[in-house]
Amino acid sequence: MNEALGYVHGLVGWAFSLAEAYDVPSLIGAGVFFLFAGLALLFACGVVFLRNVVHSALSLTATFICVACLYLSIDADFMGAVQILVYGGAVAVLIVMAIMLTRRDDMAHSNPSRGLWQHAGAAVVSGLFLLGMAAVAVLSPFQSAPQPLGDAAPGLADLMLSHYVLPFEVAAVLLLIAMIGAILLAKGAEES
Amino acid sequence: MNLMDFVRLATHVGLHHFLLFSALLFAIGLFGLLTKKGLIPLLMCVELMLNAVNINLVAFNHYMPVSDYSGQLMAIFAVAVAASEVAVGVALAFRIYRDHGTVDVDELREMKG
Repeated sequence: MNEALGYVHGLVGWAFSLAEAYDVPSLIGAGVFFLFAGLALLFACGVVFLRNVVHSALSLTATFICVACLYLSIDADFMGAVQILVYGGAVAVLIVMAIMLTRRDDMAHSNPSRGLWQHAGAAVVSGLFLLGMAAVAVLSPFQSAPQPLGDAAPGLADLMLSHYVLPFEVAAVLLLIAMIGAILLAKGAEES
Repeated sequence: MNLMDFVRLATHVGLHHFLLFSALLFAIGLFGLLTKKGLIPLLMCVELMLNAVNINLVAFNHYMPVSDYSGQLMAIFAVAVAASEVAVGVALAFRIYRDHGTVDVDELREMKG
């Protein structure tokens, strides 16, 4: 009994010293980051390596939602909401609809890959890219100084309707053109 | 550098963590783009790469000493362009499937000289 109490006491003391050494909020932030980043990378690998293309689409949606959680963890709440609405909602539905419209046979092997040589080449290319980007990211002397910018949505609205009003209108026109173009492409202009 | 220093450095989440994460996500998307055969999986891999770019923009906006939300605004414009890209890409895939009966990019070689 005394031994068990002593063990618990030692454990609690160890936890307190750990909490003093590494302040707890930063440790929780690290836990959140590694949880969602790891899940996002796992689901991204699922997009590439799963055999069934519907499972790939589901995995892609899960990746989008994990990335949205990462946005929320760095105070980009509006960006997280946009990510869930546009990617987790609209893009996921569009992709699943495209899968259902372009395939009528069985789904079990619906996500084919190229041969071994293409895999080796792709691994070399993406590995070299990753090496270069990681070297640049780690060796650059960024001064991390997060500072409070206030609420995201009002700040974004002010920017969008004052300094960036022309790109805002151009984006609206682009979305309209893309919608009309998609309808024309899918329907076929000559049939109307 | 001993182990405890490394753990302290790794658990202090900063800009480098987000840059490495987005580089990994982009590399996975690039690998898929180079190895997949179907048109729809290629679109999905492009979406992964676009997401990696958006993470970079938002992380720079949060961690660098800036005074407004320009970085997040760029990411929102990128989302709008990506949405229209997906709409047109899906319509193209549907059209190609209707005209050729397949969405395998290795079998679509009419333009090959």
